[in-house]
Amino acid sequence: MTFLQLLPLLFILAGLILYTVLAGADLGTGAWQLSTRDHGLRSRVYDSIGPVWEANHVWLIFVLTVLWTAYPSVFAAVCITLVVPLFLAAVGLILRGTAYALHGASNGPDDHREIDAVFGLSSVFTPFALGAVVGGIASGRVPPGGGGDQWSSWLNPTSILVGALAVVLGAYLAAVQLAADAVRVGDDAAAAAFRRRALASGVLAGALAVGGLVVVHADAPRLFHGLTHGAGLACVIVSVLLGLLALGLVWRRRLDPARFAAGAAVAAIVAGWVVAQRPDVLPGLTVAEAAAPTSTLVAVVVAVVAGGIIVFPSLGLLFGLVLGGRLDRPRPAEPTAVPAGRRVRAGLLGRVALACFVAGAGLTVFGPGPALLAVGIVLVLAAAPLGFLAALPAVPEESR
Amino acid sequence: MGQAIRREAVVGGIAALAAVDQHYLDQARQMQALSFAVHIPLVCFGMAFPVLVLFCEWTALRTGSEVHLTVARRWSRVLVALFAVGVVTGTILSFEMGLLWPHFTGTFGSVFGLGFAIEGFSFFVEAIFIGIYVYGWDRLSPRWHLASGIPIAITGVTGSFMVIAVNGWMNHPQGFRIVDGRVTDVRPVQALFANTFMWHEFVHMYLASFIVAGFALAACYAVALLRGNTSRYVQVALTIPLTAAAVAAPVQVLVGDWAARTVAERQPVKLAALEGLGQTTTGAPVHVGGWYSDGEVHFGLPIPRLLSILAAHDPNATIRGLSSFPADALPPVNVVRLAFQTMVGLGLAMALLAVCYLWVRFRRGRAPRSAWFYRAVVLAGPAAVVALIAGWVTTEVGRQPWVVYGVMRTADAVTGASGIPVGYGVLVVVYAGCAAAVWWILRRLAGKPFPDRPSEVPEEVGTT
Repeated sequence: MTFLQLLPLLFILAGLILYTVLAGADLGTGAWQLSTRDHGLRSRVYDSIGPVWEANHVWLIFVLTVLWTAYPSVFAAVCITLVVPLFLAAVGLILRGTAYALHGASNGPDDHREIDAVFGLSSVFTPFALGAVVGGIASGRVPPGGGGDQWSSWLNPTSILVGALAVVLGAYLAAVQLAADAVRVGDDAAAAAFRRRALASGVLAGALAVGGLVVVHADAPRLFHGLTHGAGLACVIVSVLLGLLALGLVWRRRLDPARFAAGAAVAAIVAGWVVAQRPDVLPGLTVAEAAAPTSTLVAVVVAVVAGGIIVFPSLGLLFGLVLGGRLDRPRPAEPTAVPAGRRVRAGLLGRVALACFVAGAGLTVFGPGPALLAVGIVLVLAAAPLGFLAALPAVPEESR
Repeated sequence: MGQAIRREAVVGGIAALAAVDQHYLDQARQMQALSFAVHIPLVCFGMAFPVLVLFCEWTALRTGSEVHLTVARRWSRVLVALFAVGVVTGTILSFEMGLLWPHFTGTFGSVFGLGFAIEGFSFFVEAIFIGIYVYGWDRLSPRWHLASGIPIAITGVTGSFMVIAVNGWMNHPQGFRIVDGRVTDVRPVQALFANTFMWHEFVHMYLASFIVAGFALAACYAVALLRGNTSRYVQVALTIPLTAAAVAAPVQVLVGDWAARTVAERQPVKLAALEGLGQTTTGAPVHVGGWYSDGEVHFGLPIPRLLSILAAHDPNATIRGLSSFPADALPPVNVVRLAFQTMVGLGLAMALLAVCYLWVRFRRGRAPRSAWFYRAVVLAGPAAVVALIAGWVTTEVGRQPWVVYGVMRTADAVTGASGIPVGYGVLVVVYAGCAAAVWWILRRLAGKPFPDRPSEVPEEVGTT
């Protein structure tokens, strides 16, 4: 196995961790939406995830696309065997996204309770299905060529454990985030309510994770061995320590650092799973065998690095604005009017647009050879924005 | 295309790779088509709508027009609601790549996957800046707020460019070889970006997005106008999308001609199916309407030599008929034909409407006054969506029976999973619910718009 064959897998791991931590916290808010009828708390849930949930969600798409480009046979095998939970997760995502969009058009949480119910239920259901998929892969129930059982591959002890863990961990992360956000906007009652929920769900998540080792020991001995030896064990220990640290921070009301500690604890669990599964991606299929040809891997790595250079500063800007409270409340309005620039005469612009269109049409239809065709297409395309500007009526004084 | 794929030799090899149960091929295809038909109008809004919103905001900044600012604010709410639904319907499509067509993705993922990986990043940037833009009203300075919207418009284009690069590759595969049934010598960058087939598809789709979003928005405000609401707000909100669609529609006719000629050159069987041309013909006609069976079109209105003129710009050109291709390599002719004629008919009607509008605008210097014009605009909204979907049916059903044109059959790509009809049924129900929900959102946003200024917002509810 070369480093190049491993590198996209590391990207996928990073994407999975970010999806679990960021989107997991988004999805986890659904559980708290269901847990209360309090108008203020429900409102905080929607407000808190509003600016970020779409961006957080895209990590899943990142994971899927890199997986099917760099390790196409793994993607195919997972999709063939785990078709049912993946489909259920997809339906859950549709329902949740639509419920969120519907909420955007309603008048707050009490306006349409059925929207909140769909949002909450699908937010619990989706991470369970995705967790069950992970459990099926982790416990070696996905044969490389396809043909695993469509039901027992995800309705088994490990899958149910991981599914439940995904729900509880997401709820825990969500509670910590919501409490920290509530503190930031000065909503003390909500902060106290979410802090209580964070403590309860944190203890539950820890208990489930530790108790789950017994289930893994019985159901997936290979995975258990990986998690209790070497680097896998290190990940588990780090996760436990960070989880305890996060709980302590929540207890002492240090919510901002707590959200990072809690996120890191969850990240360590995901890393532990991947490490424990080494060296096989699927039973009997190594990374080297699964990897796409070198030319594809190079292209993927270049695309991810180039994309990362654009995406990470953008994400930094978004989270900087959100965590800095810049998107929470309006700032005083400034005078917006900028003196109007000199307006090009519409008549002239219209004639230029028409000339571009006619010349471009001639070249597009009759132009011999691809070069003239291309020129013609560019001309007719240029005619569109020129014509748009020329055809729009001037903004009259009275509307200013 | 630079390299020769020995297609006939290849087919057997790929088929052997994927010995699957093709029991549910039709359901799987319909499921994919349904998911696509739901997603693609939202894509149009993702590409064109940000440009229109930004134009409005820019005009407001430039002139201080309160009306334009109000329009931009209200539209940005609609934008984010449609984007949210677009995010999830797009995710469903990427799930279906594996759930329905695992052998396609498993065999060729290393060739075409790169396009989707880059598209993922576009989508990422789009999602990030939509968050900043929509939640940044009154929080960011006006200039920074406007600037935060620009990446949305750019990434809408780059994302769709990547997806269409993949579709162009499926229609005109290159950048790999098949040796003994295995894909080797993969050159993904060449496969996706050195592919000349994608350009007409991309330009056609980009213009279509302005026609669909423009006429759909204009239709809503035309309804308001016909009901007697002649406020300045309705005029501005009607004029901007209507003008955008009106300048795009005539250009689309020329781009469509270019697309048809490229298809004639690269996919002659698709061209023959578009017309229902049974026998190879010199000076081939076009039949308007009618039904294809037994190698000819019945009950259609023939226009002599038009197909030869359109396809080759030569009234005496010889066009290959369907009978000259192997019988197992033909698409379902009537579906393709009907879709194509729907697209062309509606497209020409919309272009005519656009020319009427531009004529009145330029010659008389005002908006049209006839109620009939605005009734036509109301019809143009749904017509644009129908034409859009018909266009995609034309190219995608016209590509059948291949998923990778001439290389892999759709039947060899489909999953063997037995629950496809159940999944199909569930998806139909869910999407019907979604469609009702989106309708409700749009009605609600139009009928009871949001507070336009933060001062009007009760403090505890917030502006989200």
